Amino acid sequence: MNLILTIAWTHVRHRARQTLVAIVGVMTGVGFSIMMAAMMEGSQEDFIRTLVDALPHISITDELREPTRQPADVIYAAAEFHGLSPEVRRPGIKNPMATIASLQTWVPGALTPSVQSKAVLRFAGRNLTVSIIGIDPRTEADVSNLATHLRQGTLASLYRASNAILIGDRLAGKIGARVNSNVTLASAEGASMSATVVGTFHSGFRATDETTGYVLLKTAQILERQTGIVNELRVRTRDPMEARLISERIGEQTGYKSISWQEAQEDLLSAITLRNVLMYTIVGAILLVASFGTYNIISTITHEKTRDIAIMKSLGFRDHTIRTIFVIEALLVGFAGAALGWVLGYLLTRGLAALEFKTPFSDYNHLPVLYSAKHYFLATGVALMSSLVAGYFPARAAARLHPIDIIRGAT
Amino acid sequence: MSAALIEARGVTKILSGIVPVTLVRDVSLTIMPREFVAITGPSGSGKSSLLYLLGLLDLPTSGNVLIDGQSTTLMTEEERAEVRLTRLGFVFQFHFLLPEFTIMENVALPMRALGKLSARAVTVRAEEVLASFALGDHRHKTPDQLSGGQRQCVAVARALANDPPVILADEPTGSLDSISTTQVFGILRDLVMLHGKSVVAVTHDLNLASQMHRRMDIVDGRLVRDEQFIPAADAH
Repeated sequence: MNLILTIAWTHVRHRARQTLVAIVGVMTGVGFSIMMAAMMEGSQEDFIRTLVDALPHISITDELREPTRQPADVIYAAAEFHGLSPEVRRPGIKNPMATIASLQTWVPGALTPSVQSKAVLRFAGRNLTVSIIGIDPRTEADVSNLATHLRQGTLASLYRASNAILIGDRLAGKIGARVNSNVTLASAEGASMSATVVGTFHSGFRATDETTGYVLLKTAQILERQTGIVNELRVRTRDPMEARLISERIGEQTGYKSISWQEAQEDLLSAITLRNVLMYTIVGAILLVASFGTYNIISTITHEKTRDIAIMKSLGFRDHTIRTIFVIEALLVGFAGAALGWVLGYLLTRGLAALEFKTPFSDYNHLPVLYSAKHYFLATGVALMSSLVAGYFPARAAARLHPIDIIRGAT
Repeated sequence: MSAALIEARGVTKILSGIVPVTLVRDVSLTIMPREFVAITGPSGSGKSSLLYLLGLLDLPTSGNVLIDGQSTTLMTEEERAEVRLTRLGFVFQFHFLLPEFTIMENVALPMRALGKLSARAVTVRAEEVLASFALGDHRHKTPDQLSGGQRQCVAVARALANDPPVILADEPTGSLDSISTTQVFGILRDLVMLHGKSVVAVTHDLNLASQMHRRMDIVDGRLVRDEQFIPAADAH
């Protein structure tokens, strides 16, 4: 073995207890860092995946990007108008099918029209305000996971009755409705109809499962009292990460407000970024604290070994050789700690993933974790770097020792 | 005439401080090949300080130390370390062996630091040196398993590892009993008589000093006496 390695290894080996404490410090730091990163990134990825699955990647609504200019504005270059009634714009997307056909020529993914409406659902003397979404069952499966969330019935069941409705299982439970129950829907536009429950779904999101119902486009249009109205186009892109760019282009092309899932959840995504900053700060702090243990052991060894350092220097060992010996010792502690930290981190992550708990917002009862080699290498890199720094300063002090001072003191 | 191995020219060492202390004052001397030199003097007279200056372990405040005719004043610390490793061997009052290493590893240390020999050659050389001191059977022991005299013999063996022409010894028998003292002194004398080395030893023991070939007395840092009993050339 190389001389420097031999001396370094001998030093740490002969201080087994202190070395072990330092190694355990690094191991704990690396292990908990890996666990925290796995937990934080796991929940983040799961959250984003759920968002991406639950929401349309792009939602094109009938709101215009620029407010409509009134005819008087267009004709006259006047600063102000008085006594004019503004032109009332008909809600909904103009020529929705033509717009869809045009977008389908270049948008990588699937599109479907829908109608968003609000209504009061009545059943067995209970009134609940619900969101009614009018869909096209033939294309709905291409843009959402509704088909996979159905507990009873299918998307095609919406064709089974004249006014059929699929409702969330929690909503059904709340009002006591079952498949084939007849409920009454009353919209804000004054429309009222009887609808038959043809199925129930369970998305896993309490809010959705308690307050949402799906009907055919035509049924929702009746509730809105607007024949042929489509007030939302939903898009599922092949790559969800490209949704923002595609959304901008759609907005420019159609003139309607087009919002990607990233924009819709901007606040949440910012919170995730902030959370990541916090996480890496905490992980860094853990590893920094672990490096104090390494500093301590290397300082102790250099202190105990001053006489040996003096002897080695008197024999002709160079300063950089002495420095390297103690830096290598710190790195040995760092490597051993990191290697054991990998095992600890993996076990902690496994343990965390096995924990069961309940959340009021969704059905997930296991903490989502992400196993990534990146976490292991990152934690190891930081641990080795902090070990290097922790070892360097005592090593530098050791190399600067004047052998005569030590030899005189010893004699 | 052979060239001087070590030459001191007007070497002075002053320890700076509130009250500066002069350890060595204007000492000039030469150490020739095959010399067996005793440096004697009362405690605190500057004997060890002079030895450290000759061994490049310390820098003179003024004056110059030449090794093999080469001035060391302008040498870097790295260059001085190289000279110590190849041209000088040190033995101290205490053995100063590395306690976690075996006798063999301790002797091999300077050779491994120099890095000129293969691992096999280092082992062979270390075994040879230890065998010449009758320590071959102890090579796998650690220093704490040896007697004081044996440890000091190992320290001499380590000093010889890179085959330097000069051994500088600071009170090499100072911590030994009389039997070990005789043994270690005999080894040092053999180094000169049989192996052609030069040995410069600081000692309090005037009896030992009188058995050496040359004696230098240091008083208050000054070289007050430099007496050659036996010329280096005749010693062999």
